[in-house]
Order: sequence, then C-alpha cells, then structure tokens
Amino acid sequence: MMMEFAAEWEGFTPGKWSSSSINVRDFIRNNITPYEGDEQFLEGPTEATKQLWTQVADLFRQEREAGGVLDMDTKIISTITSHGPGYLNKDLEKIVGLQTDKPLKRALQPFGGIRMAQQACKEYGYEVDPLVTEIFTKYRKTHNQGVFDVYTPEMRLARKSAILTGLPDAYGRGRIIGDYRRIALYGVEMLIQDKLHQKANGFSRMTSDDIRLREELSEQIRALYELEELGRIYGYEISAPAKNAQEAVQWLYFGYLAAVKEQNGAAMSLGRTSSFLDIYIQRDLERGLITEKEAQELIDHFIMKLRLVKFARTPEYNALFSGDPTWVTESIGGVSVDGQHMVTKNSFRYLNTLNNLGTAPEPNMTVLWSKQLPQNFKRFCAKMSIQTSAIQYENDDLMRVTHGDDYAIACCVSSMVVGKEMQFFGARANLAKCLLYAINGGIDEVMKVQVGPKYRPVTGDYLNFDDVMDKYDQMMEWLAGLYVNTLNVIHYMHDKYCYERLQMALHDRDVKRYFATGIAGLSVVADSLSAIKYAKVKCIRDENGIVVDYETEGDFPKYGNDDDRVDKIAVDIVHRFMNKIRKHHTYRDSIPTMSILTITSNVVYGKKTGNTPDGRKHGVPLAPGANPMHGRDTHGAVASLSSVAKLPFRHAQDGISNTFSIIPDALGKNQKVFSGDLDLDALRQEAEHEAE
Amino acid sequence: MLGRIHSTESFGTVDGPGIRFVVFFQGCPMRCLYCHNPDTWLKEGGHTETVASLLALYRRNAVFYRNGGITCTGGEPMMQMPFLTELFTAAKKEQIHTCLDTSGICFLPDNPEPFRTLLSVTDLVMLDIKHIDAEKHRELTGHSNSRILQFADFVSECGVPVWIRHVVVPGLTDDSAEQERLGYRIGGLKTLQGLDVLPYHDMGKKKYEELGIPYPLKDTLPASAEQAAAAKECILRGIRKRLLHEAESTVLPSSSNG
Repeated sequence: MMMEFAAEWEGFTPGKWSSSSINVRDFIRNNITPYEGDEQFLEGPTEATKQLWTQVADLFRQEREAGGVLDMDTKIISTITSHGPGYLNKDLEKIVGLQTDKPLKRALQPFGGIRMAQQACKEYGYEVDPLVTEIFTKYRKTHNQGVFDVYTPEMRLARKSAILTGLPDAYGRGRIIGDYRRIALYGVEMLIQDKLHQKANGFSRMTSDDIRLREELSEQIRALYELEELGRIYGYEISAPAKNAQEAVQWLYFGYLAAVKEQNGAAMSLGRTSSFLDIYIQRDLERGLITEKEAQELIDHFIMKLRLVKFARTPEYNALFSGDPTWVTESIGGVSVDGQHMVTKNSFRYLNTLNNLGTAPEPNMTVLWSKQLPQNFKRFCAKMSIQTSAIQYENDDLMRVTHGDDYAIACCVSSMVVGKEMQFFGARANLAKCLLYAINGGIDEVMKVQVGPKYRPVTGDYLNFDDVMDKYDQMMEWLAGLYVNTLNVIHYMHDKYCYERLQMALHDRDVKRYFATGIAGLSVVADSLSAIKYAKVKCIRDENGIVVDYETEGDFPKYGNDDDRVDKIAVDIVHRFMNKIRKHHTYRDSIPTMSILTITSNVVYGKKTGNTPDGRKHGVPLAPGANPMHGRDTHGAVASLSSVAKLPFRHAQDGISNTFSIIPDALGKNQKVFSGDLDLDALRQEAEHEAE
Repeated sequence: MLGRIHSTESFGTVDGPGIRFVVFFQGCPMRCLYCHNPDTWLKEGGHTETVASLLALYRRNAVFYRNGGITCTGGEPMMQMPFLTELFTAAKKEQIHTCLDTSGICFLPDNPEPFRTLLSVTDLVMLDIKHIDAEKHRELTGHSNSRILQFADFVSECGVPVWIRHVVVPGLTDDSAEQERLGYRIGGLKTLQGLDVLPYHDMGKKKYEELGIPYPLKDTLPASAEQAAAAKECILRGIRKRLLHEAESTVLPSSSNG
C-alpha cells in the first residue's frame, strides 16, 4: 500500500511505518524515548480524576450491594454501534466511552451462546427479551449450538467428567488482542484502505480457505466502518490519525471498547500500549501542549474506563475463574531485539494509576521483566508490588527469543505478537484425572462410569512405577487426541458464529495462529508418580474394584524443592504430553502450544478430581498453574521457584505461571528495628554532639 | 565428615546481608525460654549432610545469592565445630560469603585455637546476646553469659565483623537500663557493624505442642515493632555512651563488664 506522510504525524521520525505498510513496531522503534530516571516526575490525581473515581467507587459499592450486578441490558444486542453515548460525568471525562449507555450496565452478548446469556440474566433477576431469545434459538444459530451439533458422545462425556475443563464452547474464547494502537497511528480510514487492498490481492482460486478469508475480510471492513460510527456517537471523527495525546488515547480506547462491545471473551487483553502512547505524550510535552499533570490525567481516565469493563456471566463461570475477571492485560516494559530497553515515562504513569486510583486487579498490569530493564524502573516496580500486590511479572528474556519485541500477553501468560499472531484458546486437560484413568482403565473415579478407553487397569495391590507410566502414557495419548479434536470443533464454530471481526480487522491479513492447549494438575501428577517410584503406594478399591484411594508408606521427593528426582518427572510429563498434542491435525494449520496456568480454576478442578496417589484427597484444590502443591515446598522460595523454572518453555510456549505470595517481613529487615550498617564513627560524633 | 542438619532454607532474607542459603544445624545446649526452634534442640535429631552435599545445594541456585551467601544457624552451629569449620573453609575456597549465627555458648576461652581457625573463614558473625545480666541470662537460657561475652571480645580481636542480635521479650528483656548496659558493653567491640533488635513472637508455640513440650512463655504477649524500635534506641544510647567514654579516655579496657 502506498502511503503519504499524514499531517498528524508532524514531528515523528518517518520510517517503514509511514511509507510502506501498517507497522506500529517500526513506529515505536523510530520514535520511542527510553527513560532511565526514577518516579519523582510522577503526578497525583487531578480534582476531576478524584471526583470521577469517587463516583466509580460508589458505583462499585452499589454493584456489590445489589448482589454483583447493577443493571443488565435484556433487549439490545450489543454491537459496536448498538448504544448511544454513555458517560460518568461528561464535563470531567478526558477519555469517554462505555459498553452500554450507563456505567456498569452489562451488555447482552448472545452470539457465544444464548443459554449462557439467559442464565446470566436469570441469576441476577433479569430476563432476556422473548423476541431476542426467539431470534437466537429459531433463526440465528450461536457458537454454542454449533459446537454441540458436532460434539461426539465421547467429547460430551469428557467434558462432563471434567477431564477436559473450562472449554470455551458456551462463551467467547477471548485471548485475541487487536492492535488497537493502529487506530491512533493511522486512523480508521487508512486501515479500511489497507483491508480493501488485502482483499483485492492474492485470491486466484476459491478454495474453502480463501472463501472463508474473503468473507472474514468483508466482515472486518464492515466492523471498521462501525468503529468510525462509534467515534461519531461520542462526537469524534476517528477516520483520520490522532493528532495529539488525548486523541491517541481516545482512538486507541475506542478500538478496545468496540472489541468488548462485540465480544464477551474469556480474556479481553489490551496489548502493549504504554510506550506507544508515550510517544504522543512526549511530543505534546515537548510542544508545550500539555503538562505532566494532564498527561497523568489522561492515563488515569483511560485506566478508569478499563476498570469499568464488565461482562454478563453466570455464577458457574465466576466460580471457575474465581471472580469476574476480564483480563484486561497490559504489557509494560521489555527490551528490544537490539538490546535497548523499552521503558518510558508512560510505563511509570500506568503503574502510577495504582497510586492515583488505588489498587485493583484490572487492568492486569504485566511487566515484561528483563535483567536489562533500568534499575530505577525495577525499584519502582518492587515498591509498587509491595504496596499493591497488583503487578504481574513475565520473563521477557525468555519470550523475546520467540516473539521479538512487539508481543503482548493475553490473559495471564499467553504471548503473541500484536497484530500478527492470535491464538485459539484451549482451556486445559486435567492430567491428574488422566493418571487416575490410567490406573482404573478409563473409568472415572468420581462418576464411576467408563469415560476413557477401556484399557487394562492396574490389578495389583501396590502401584508399580513402570506399569503405571506405561498405562499413563497410553491414556495421555488418548486424551491428547480427544482434546485436540474437541478444540478443533470449538474453534471452527467460533470462527463461524462468533467471529472477532473488529479484533481481527486490527491484525494483518495472514496471521500466525497458535493452538493453545493447557494442562492442569501438573504438581499432583509429579508428586503422585514420585510417591509411586520412591515410596510404596497401596491401592484401596471399592466394591466394584475401582481404585478410589491410596495408602502411602514412606516418604518421597516432592515437586517444589529443587529436587531433580521429582522435578524431572514434571519436566518429562510436560514434554510427553506436548509431543502427543503435536501429533494431531489442528484447525486452520494453527501451531500447537501448551500452557501450565490454571491460575484460578484449580479449586473447581480439585472438586472434580478424586483421591490421588500423592495423598491429596478428593476435593482438595489442585495447585494453581505450575505451582507446587500447597505446603509441600519446604525449602524456601528459591528452591520452589527453581523447580518451576526447570519446566521447558519450548514445550509450554503458551506460558507457565507460578503464583507467589510472601509476607513483607519475610522479604527483609524492617528498618525501624534493624541497623545493618552501624557506623561507629557517626555514632561517636552523635554522642560527642549530645555531650556538648 | 557428616553434619547433623535440621533443614535448609533456600531464600533466607533475614539472616545476614542479601539473599542467603541458610543451614539450620541440629542440636543446641541452650534452652532459651522464647526459643522458636525447639525441634533443633536435641543433637540426635535432623538428618546428615556432607559439606559437598550442602555446597551442591548452594551452587544450584548460586545466581540468587550473588549479594548474599551462606548462613549457618540452628540450633547451635558451634556444637559441630569440625563440620562447621570444614563447611566454611570449603565455602571460602569458592568465594562464598560466610555468616555464622551463634549464641557463642560453645566458646572455650581456654582452648581458642579451633575458634580462631573457624573465624578465619567467617566473614560475619551474628551473635545473639540474650541478656546483659549474668543471673538473668541464666534464668532465661539455663547458662551464664560469661562465655558469650568473651566470645564477643574474641570475635572482635580476630577482626571479624559482628552483628549483635537481641530479642525483646516483654517482662524479661525490656528494661531500658539493662538495654543501655548491653549497648555500653557491645559498644566496646571494635568490629561491631550491625544491631538487630528482634521483637519476641510466639510463632514457635505450635512446634512445642507438636513436640509435647509445655510452652514456657504462654502468658507473655508478643513484642511490637515499636517496642523493638524503642529497645534499639536504648541500646544505641549505650553504644554512644561507650564510644564517648573511649574517645575521652582510650585506656578503658574493652572487656570491662559494663
């Protein structure tokens, strides 16, 4: 596409981004102002910010008191342009836009599944308009219905027994990050031209794939026109590029807002916006157009809007995710491929919202951590972590190798290059339950029915490591195949009935797709296999011969203590299961990956998983993500983290998470009671001074 | 050589500078009323480790200990002098910072040579002085503090940096005059580099229950950070007083029983 240097870009260093293609990364590299200083420049909240935040805090209180939901839309189906403008206080808001016409009024989003939408309403005392229900049952198929039309009995059973858990078959899959920065940099009109150009080229044969892609491009273009319209609803013309910082933040937010108006995804992450926006703020500061106080105000108001993002969800959904998360993840910092850190003043401003608006879990501020980050920024992060416990850290040095320097995190750990890569979110397979299936020949230990294949069960009184591993390997082979096939069905249907038109319009045409599987129960499996190998584990069978409990004689190494004997088992399981996943055909030639990140679902999974050979009882939560089982890591944090760090990223490329909490006193000495550097000379001088 | 070890901690942040690998030795002759590790008392408990096995554990995660090192505590590490010395000697060969957290009770003033050898491979001594008054020290720990104070002087004479640790226990060690006396006494240590005043806590209670030992301080409330801070000020006052006296008259012997 041929491009001309837009008037709004005046003052920016040109590059490929301005001459030849949509290329936000190139823009950032040419224009970023890295910042090595400390946090002294930061400003507190303005009066407007304080007033608005008081209002939001009050709304949150009202929402809690109303039982979790303040208001719900039961009639208007949420689209990009479905609602008129909504405000907190129009006169004070620097950044505007709400999902519906009122703050915290939850939108009606039935394309993932009408039943989920109905249930969500019903649970809070609302009822979906009968006409909407009729349309989405009689005339308009949903993703959910599509999936269940195709599911096999085996898939349904695996879902019911929870050996496959959290499948996005009744709700939006999420985990796709639109490159919302493109709207600010290029304006919507240029993006539409680019999409028209994409559609006009390279389609010589109408294969199924090309037909689908052409239809998707048409949908994307339509969504971009609607995005322009959304701007107009709020009185902005966003077809042109943003010409200042306020517009840049506002344009970007309109993109994100359009995405959440269309999609109730399991994770609706923001991307990597802070240092991009810093370029606009920096230009305005240099031109004397805004002050630091005003810059912070823009970011505060933007973050406030992100905190207001809510979806209509069922209590079961909330139980699965331990709350009502939206996963508005923002990736901050990181280092470029040529070694320049990418921390800017705006990285600080984003974190400073935790001061100005108080601490909150959303947006999920995620620092892309590298050894090369500036010391002052590291210190500020540590300080903010201690104060707020609200910052997530991810290893940039590890991910940069695969994804370069313009990737972002979707949800909690899923990394993808912004605008160039997306993923098919795959929930997770419960490997702890799979081990029990191996022991019981495919019979579910809780439901007491045959779910897996009828392989030979363990017959002796004591578990033999080689025998169990052999059986487990076969059972994982079955599970991997079933799992991939189930996900293929889900994503085919999601693309068909609940396509993310706007988010994909903010991607390149030919995106790299990841097929993101996941596993749960890794530490239970590692400890169980360790118990079988290093101690003696006796099977307790019920009257039907199903092993329902275990007695362990002797001690065994436990994952989380930097003990290779058991840590190697964990590594082996990750590697093994990933290789089994790799054997299968994946939808749209997506690249299979795996995550170990049941951050919030471990409690529900534990309820559905029977007694395990490591001594864990039925109902006890699995450890979250790649964490060791609670209380079994007895050698301190470094040993515990070292066990986790052994897990191979190349076989768990969608991310490995570890939830870590520590009381402040365990992090070091309280300065009030400790004088680590007693300076005797200074003390003597003090004494002499006192004596005088 | 084998050492009897209670346990190891991979993330020690309160037992010396930086992040440290902490080795808890098994066995202790003291019976401090407020001890929170009664499971380390008996020298028969724990498990055995070699110097090589402990250093192997250290080396696995050495990257975390760049600004820290290894700390031996317990229990009382000096109950196992040969093993402790061997461990620190080997650690120093690898340029690992060594810190000894001790009560000093095992010091033998008549046979100081093994201790001199140990201190030659020790970068920092954290010496716990429970009470400045000999009789009250005996009530508190079952032993007089005389050997402990002699060890403090010995460490200072050997030129090894020392941090003094002191636990503030309400009703037992919270007298401000005595705290000042303690400060005056340790102010004479030429290598004094740190003062670590710890508020008494009762988190060891559960261990006593598990071991079936009656908890001696069941009626004592934990000390607050404020109490500890106040105690620190008293001790510092004593130190300043001593330093002033020494500046006025350099002949004051360092071992005067303050």
